[in-house]
Amino acid sequence: MASKPIQPFSRQEAVVCRGVAKTWAEGTPRAHEALRDIDLDIQPGEFVVLLGPSGCGKSTLLYLIAGLEARSRGEIWSFDGAVTSPSPDRSLIFQETSLFPWLSVWQNVAFGLSLRGDPLEERRRAAAAALARVGLAEAMEKRPDELSGGMRQRVAVARALTMRPKVLLMDEPFAALDVQTRAKMQDFLLDVWRDSGASVLFVTHSIDEAVALADRVVVFTARPGRIKSIIPVDLPRPRDPFAPESESLRRRLMEELRSEVDRAFAEQEALVGA
Amino acid sequence: MPSELTAGRTVTDVPVAQRIFTLEQRAALGRLGWGTLSVGLFFGIWELLWYLGIADPKLLPPPHIFLGNFADQARFFNTATRWQIGVNPTDGPSPYEAVAITIGATSARVFVGLGIAAVLSITIGVLIRYFQVFEKLVLPTLTLLSPVSPIAWLPVAIFIFGIGNKPAVFMVVIALFFHMVLSTISQIDNVNRNLINVARTMGASKRQIYWRVIIPAILPQLLIVLRLNLFGAWMVVLVAESTGVGFGLGQVIMLARNTFNPSLVFFTIAVIGLLGFLSDWALRVIQRRALYWVPETAGVLRGL
Repeated sequence: MASKPIQPFSRQEAVVCRGVAKTWAEGTPRAHEALRDIDLDIQPGEFVVLLGPSGCGKSTLLYLIAGLEARSRGEIWSFDGAVTSPSPDRSLIFQETSLFPWLSVWQNVAFGLSLRGDPLEERRRAAAAALARVGLAEAMEKRPDELSGGMRQRVAVARALTMRPKVLLMDEPFAALDVQTRAKMQDFLLDVWRDSGASVLFVTHSIDEAVALADRVVVFTARPGRIKSIIPVDLPRPRDPFAPESESLRRRLMEELRSEVDRAFAEQEALVGA
Repeated sequence: MPSELTAGRTVTDVPVAQRIFTLEQRAALGRLGWGTLSVGLFFGIWELLWYLGIADPKLLPPPHIFLGNFADQARFFNTATRWQIGVNPTDGPSPYEAVAITIGATSARVFVGLGIAAVLSITIGVLIRYFQVFEKLVLPTLTLLSPVSPIAWLPVAIFIFGIGNKPAVFMVVIALFFHMVLSTISQIDNVNRNLINVARTMGASKRQIYWRVIIPAILPQLLIVLRLNLFGAWMVVLVAESTGVGFGLGQVIMLARNTFNPSLVFFTIAVIGLLGFLSDWALRVIQRRALYWVPETAGVLRGL
């Protein structure tokens, strides 16, 4: 397939993807195509949810935007620079705990600052401020394994915030949490997002989560991941999950996804020879 | 401090043991009790076999014989450097001091060897993953040498280091080194990718990723590997000492063999067993202190 001509962009966008593709293990017999032809613009301060069936490559797209993996084709820019390597401007938050178990909570939060060589006093102050913002001021000296799953993810968010990122990349950050904690964390995330002014790119396979959070929902197809549709959500926040607008949005997303999930299932069954 | 168990009861109802000891102390006492019982059972069966006339006391002297006469056994712990001409073997420290010196010398060889092996192999393992050229130059040779039994290195130890402490320490190092290098490499490969990626997104350099993420992340497993190899170190140090180090527990075993002294053999085995147990315990304590963030997972299978 011929690559598309590069479309113009204003260099103000938080993230711009043009014709981005990723094939894992390219050129080997194990090669498999994860992403094809992704064109996506994300505005500063926008909350975008990437929604799709498991294994559709949406997490791969996050890794490419973070600069942690090399793309196979296409271009990615963030503000005025091409993405070639990881940068503190684009923080990634993972599904599983990614706190350093040998550091205390505040040392985890200040890890990025200590890499830069900031003095101790400043690091402590920055960590205390970030922890206060996520409601964990008391947990400074605790160790990560003394915290609950929800608290650990809040620490991870605080750690990302200390780097003052312009883009927060979140890879199913609340998937491992129970339903009640998850709802609380979504409210918390919206608060943090509002006063940080960063763009958020949030990967999930939960339609409810997309309905609760997104300015725009980007629906992915099954493998290889392509953008199936982009659905703007202009419901006011805080959102009532039982409001009729939420219901109709949920139904629409479900319809968008259903055919893709069916396709993903059929593909998996073909793989195991069923 | 009253434990939860005492709630709702008057103090006099509570068994004495619960009033005096904390929960942890009672657990430790329990372990000690079972340990004593286990060893007691083993010794008891041995004594019984002797009593029934099945175990010949000349070949398999029961514990009350080989532990009974400490002073007699201590005579054989000679630390005089007998290969030197003009040294009177009866000069030097008293038998009791000689036992202490012998035990100290062997333990020191084990721990110095362990320390050198740990530092050396972690360094080499990290360098192998850090520099690709180094890996290509060094790893094939290491992999080739790693299955060689440490015993095969014994003559090499003597060629290079002659006689004394050095060859014994060398033997301990060589017995652990290859295994620990390969283990370091596999630990590095198993470090949680998320931790490395977090550091990368925060702008960590390769060097910082190794120092700040990879090395702390692999230390717990490496300490376990070190502990598993501790017994290997105790085994190999005896072999090294029995051939040409002058004095040490291995040399005492060799002397006992050459002079056909089963009591001395079993006495020394008992000392070595105790030392091995104590040093394992010491390493466990170090492990708990140094690796405060690693949860203790013992006892998962207890509920089965």
